[in-house]
Amino acid sequence: MKEMKELMYREALNHALLEEMRSDDTVFIMGEGIAERGGSFKVTVDLLNEFGAERVIDTPISEASFTGAGVGAAIAGMKPVVEILFSDFTMLIMDQLVNQAAKFNFMTGGAGNVPMVLRTQGGVGNGLAAQHSQSLEAIFYHIPGLKLVMPSTPKDAKGLLKAAIRDKHPVIFLEHKLLYMNKGLVPDGDYTIELGKADVKKEGSDVTIIAWSNMVPRSLAAAEKLEKEGISVEVVDPRTLVPLDKETILESVRKTEHVIIVQEAIRRGGIGSDIASIIQEEVFDYLNAPIKIVAGLNTPVPFNLNLEKIVVPQEEDIISAVQDLVGVYQE
Amino acid sequence: MELKYSKEFVTNVYKTLLTIRVFETECIKLYRQGFIRGYFHPYLGEEAIAVGVCAALTDKDYITSTHRGHGHCIANGANLDKMIAELLGKKDGYCKGLGGSMHIADTTKGNLGANGIVGAGIPIGIGAALATKIRKDDAVAVTFSSDGAANNGVFSEGLNLAAAWDLPFIMVLENNQYAVSTPIKESTREVELVKRGESLGVKSFRIDGNNVFEVYETTKEAIRICKEEKGPVLIEAITFRHGGHHVNDPGLYLPKEELDYYMSKDPVKFARKYLIDDLGLNESEVEEIDSGVNKQIEDSIEFAKENGEMSSQEFLKFIENY
Ligand SMILES: Cc1ncc(C[n+]2csc(CCOP(=O)(O)OP(=O)(O)O)c2C)c(N)n1
Ligand SMILES: [Mg+2]
Repeated sequence: MKEMKELMYREALNHALLEEMRSDDTVFIMGEGIAERGGSFKVTVDLLNEFGAERVIDTPISEASFTGAGVGAAIAGMKPVVEILFSDFTMLIMDQLVNQAAKFNFMTGGAGNVPMVLRTQGGVGNGLAAQHSQSLEAIFYHIPGLKLVMPSTPKDAKGLLKAAIRDKHPVIFLEHKLLYMNKGLVPDGDYTIELGKADVKKEGSDVTIIAWSNMVPRSLAAAEKLEKEGISVEVVDPRTLVPLDKETILESVRKTEHVIIVQEAIRRGGIGSDIASIIQEEVFDYLNAPIKIVAGLNTPVPFNLNLEKIVVPQEEDIISAVQDLVGVYQE
Repeated sequence: MELKYSKEFVTNVYKTLLTIRVFETECIKLYRQGFIRGYFHPYLGEEAIAVGVCAALTDKDYITSTHRGHGHCIANGANLDKMIAELLGKKDGYCKGLGGSMHIADTTKGNLGANGIVGAGIPIGIGAALATKIRKDDAVAVTFSSDGAANNGVFSEGLNLAAAWDLPFIMVLENNQYAVSTPIKESTREVELVKRGESLGVKSFRIDGNNVFEVYETTKEAIRICKEEKGPVLIEAITFRHGGHHVNDPGLYLPKEELDYYMSKDPVKFARKYLIDDLGLNESEVEEIDSGVNKQIEDSIEFAKENGEMSSQEFLKFIENY
């Protein structure tokens, strides 16, 4: 057993980068203000001191080009970790991601690889408004050739980032701005978490909640309260949306027969809808009630804080969704 | 000595400069007290650019702004009640509280909006110029932009497009020499951004962005070029922030000598001195202007604090068709 240490999510990410850069000279990082300043969310602090400006690169505000440079460096044998400050700004780099990185391996018949990680962060957080609050994971989910990782805990963040860096395909590593200061126990030293393995964050028998990123702690808080009402909730965190660990999800559904999917992103065209369709296709007979999706409203995120709250699922929304589902359909 | 500007003109210029100064200073206090949330990028120290440019514009002209946009809005004639209400997320704010600091727009006055995406205002400004050209509006479009934005693709693509199409477009590049904490020399080899305009065949000027009259004169010339010869025009205005990138950034990386130098060239003090030394106003006349500005901001803060918020029902109605 490894020693465990309490770390913040952002520290866990920092350790992952540090360890991978130490053990593999081809790993380098670039992004805006990541070197001297250590990044807007302090994920890359101190890396400049150890690895120097050749491997910890501050970029101009040239997102399309430095992301493309990451793609090129990856094809040429390096393992770049490119940071885009806000996932909203990934809209500026879509050609390099979608037409280049995602397709290179395929178009070369498997001869070429793009072992690049694109780190970015999304989600609402205290009034950052419509261009700095989006949850855009469905856009990446839709593109074959991109893996999509959305860790919810410090431990997952570190193990998944290390696995993402070692992966030979492009990985979108989507963090959440409200998670950076969250603390959790993290194993010391080297470990990885395989991409495509969900984690049951809490076991339960009455209802399965499927949630990722910041909706995991929120669902767990809801589950704890529901437990006191005698409703036993299982919380499944896919951790990686591509590849998706269908088996862990389906196994939980077979057990509880009730499913709620909680997603911060807007409802329309969301990943929740796709997971729901997979569930009904594969284990329809086990379902005791329609699958319920608790999701963001179909709207840009408003600046006003009270309105910001109503556009993404809150703990109360999750609780009442579970109560409805179990109350109505359980005899 | 022959005076170039009337008392009325300079008084208005000074009033607008000071309004931006007091607006930012007081709103930063509101931020610290928790009345304002989210991002807030102060325009402190750069006021002369917005004021000098907008003094040369008419109601028919367009502007697009940046993430550091309060100064542009005020110089373009925005209503202060609605601006502060917006910063507080209130229902009578410019965006009904849905936009916040980085998204204030006033299309009725040709202000096509601040922007949370660096560089995004450039093509939008070019589009406004295109619209005026198609309609033969006898107007120009001004995009306020920044040294950091100059490294984004939209800058080069956009300026080239405007040049290829001879558009009445004026790119005002606010070169405050930093993008967050990154000094300009670390993100570009040729720090005289004016040369980028020249390389595209665009008439380009490099001026003192802290001298409101130089900004004003250059803008007038740019407008003349757009109308009598052909646009676009690039104006690189050199300036410096008085503090961090946003209110939560202490800006400790700004070198003290440079900061001191630009503090000594404070655009607000510069205009105040002009009023007294060149136009012969006495101290108490200027103080009267000062207290008028202070009072106006106080009243607007009062208004914004009293103002209500959009209800969730109203909001749900508003987004019905999204
Ligand atoms: C496309 C994009 N990339 C990055 C950011 C984050 N960001 C906001 S302001 C800023 C620095 C901008 O510097 P500059 O363009 O010089 O404008 P200044 O802040 O100095 O006025 C950055 C990197 C953003 N908002 N949009
Ligand atoms: Mg700048």
